[in-house]
Amino acid sequence: MLNRRDFLKTAGLAAGTLALPGLTGCAMGSRPRGHVVVVGGGYGGATVAKYLRMWSDMGVDVTLVERNPQFISCPISNLVIGGDKTMADITMGYDGLRNTWGVKLLQDTVVGLDAGARKLTLASGGVLGYDRLVLSPGIEFMFDQTPGLETEDARRTVLHAWKAGEQTVALRKQLEDMKDGGVYALAIPKAPYRCPPGPYERACLVANYFKKAKPKSKVLVLDANEEITSKKALFTKAFEKYAGILEYRSNSELREVDAAGRTAILEFDKVKADVLNVVPPQRAGDIAARSGLKLINNRWVDIDWLSYESVNTPGVHVLGDAIFPAPTMPKSGHMANQHAKVAAAAILRLLAGEAPNPTPVVMNTCYSFVDSKNVIHVASVHQYDAAKKVVLPVPGAGGVSMAANELEGKFALAWAKNIWADMLV
Amino acid sequence: MKVLHWFAGICLLGTLGVAQAEARPDPDLARNLAATCANCHGTNGRAVQGAGNEELAGVPKDKLLQKLRDFRSGAKPATIMHQISKGYTEAQLELVAAYFAAQK
Repeated sequence: MLNRRDFLKTAGLAAGTLALPGLTGCAMGSRPRGHVVVVGGGYGGATVAKYLRMWSDMGVDVTLVERNPQFISCPISNLVIGGDKTMADITMGYDGLRNTWGVKLLQDTVVGLDAGARKLTLASGGVLGYDRLVLSPGIEFMFDQTPGLETEDARRTVLHAWKAGEQTVALRKQLEDMKDGGVYALAIPKAPYRCPPGPYERACLVANYFKKAKPKSKVLVLDANEEITSKKALFTKAFEKYAGILEYRSNSELREVDAAGRTAILEFDKVKADVLNVVPPQRAGDIAARSGLKLINNRWVDIDWLSYESVNTPGVHVLGDAIFPAPTMPKSGHMANQHAKVAAAAILRLLAGEAPNPTPVVMNTCYSFVDSKNVIHVASVHQYDAAKKVVLPVPGAGGVSMAANELEGKFALAWAKNIWADMLV
Repeated sequence: MKVLHWFAGICLLGTLGVAQAEARPDPDLARNLAATCANCHGTNGRAVQGAGNEELAGVPKDKLLQKLRDFRSGAKPATIMHQISKGYTEAQLELVAAYFAAQK
């Protein structure tokens, strides 16, 4: 066995020639030390930044690179679109991460990754080195699969509002400006996409708004999937409540968009709307999808479920919507927060020269509003299967609401407040 | 990759010894499991005041464990906890309950 001095010498030698994982922590003994850079300050990135600091007793340095000055939540943003909440309700600062947790914040965009040299290039021109890197970039839209939405102009007319922010505000404004008697059409891509129940919740909340404010108007849901992809029975019941306002069409994949005419072109049909809302197909965000990390289906990052480390790029961990999901695992903010905690624990052990926890658990809860007050949930718990090397849903656990109810409406808002604090405060 | 594997092995030797690393339970297991509850119940079980979800920090272990068991058996009705509690083993629920009890 090597003694400590020999070991340090060997490690030092190796470090001179190769970039190696866990070097800093390993050389220091079992206390994790090092610099972790996190790219993306959403549900995954903000959580991992906080937990790395908290669980290392502030011993590990963390830099968070985020392009936006503030966090805007996708969950609850459908309530802004429906007119029940405001942008202020879903917008929070990063001060807690900075002041309470000592996370170094850089408002910037990462434009290049050299995983061999463990360096990132920033849009501002800077270069940032790391011992371990966490990418939590969320999704990028595949506009090449929605002909007609190639130009910025077209995308200002036909909105996605599938990343909360200015598009959320703009879609709300289009709905407010629409005449009573108009048609709002929502196109849903084939699964997997971010937030499986999200489109159906949005359809309900727009219908709820029309019912109160523009009762002659219609909501038309054009779903590329063969059926409702999440909480089907519960959403079917909710849609019945909006009979006469909301119409749901399955197997209605969008082929092309005529943005100027606000027309969705399907295989056998053309649908003209007053407000056309297209959620395009999605893939992992650019920095994860275009840096040589192994992808599945050319869209999502293939990761090791014990560490969330890329299977082919040592030192690079990926969280949230950007990863290829485990069986039945949704792309949700809740799940990204759970990924972040498994990854934080694993990174700290790797930085200390130890193997990651071999029995990680993650769980999910997605609440959906079917009107201003009533909510339905879907929940699941996923345990690591050592033989299959993936987390799998626990049979018999999880499930959905019995029926939409107001109590869960309160829990949904409580969930939002607690998860936002869990990531940012 | 060979070099990386070799290095990872040395790394473990340098701190624990490989056999020990495999045998020794992860001291952070309870912390990691309890963190799965934080989305709704707050970091380390300290819920946002007035938000409407139960605070778990400082709840006596036996009380919390009994509650979780009752959710699991269906003895205690719930909107969602009967479904979530079934996803954890008894040993995991014990770790979670002990962790929250220790949060003052």
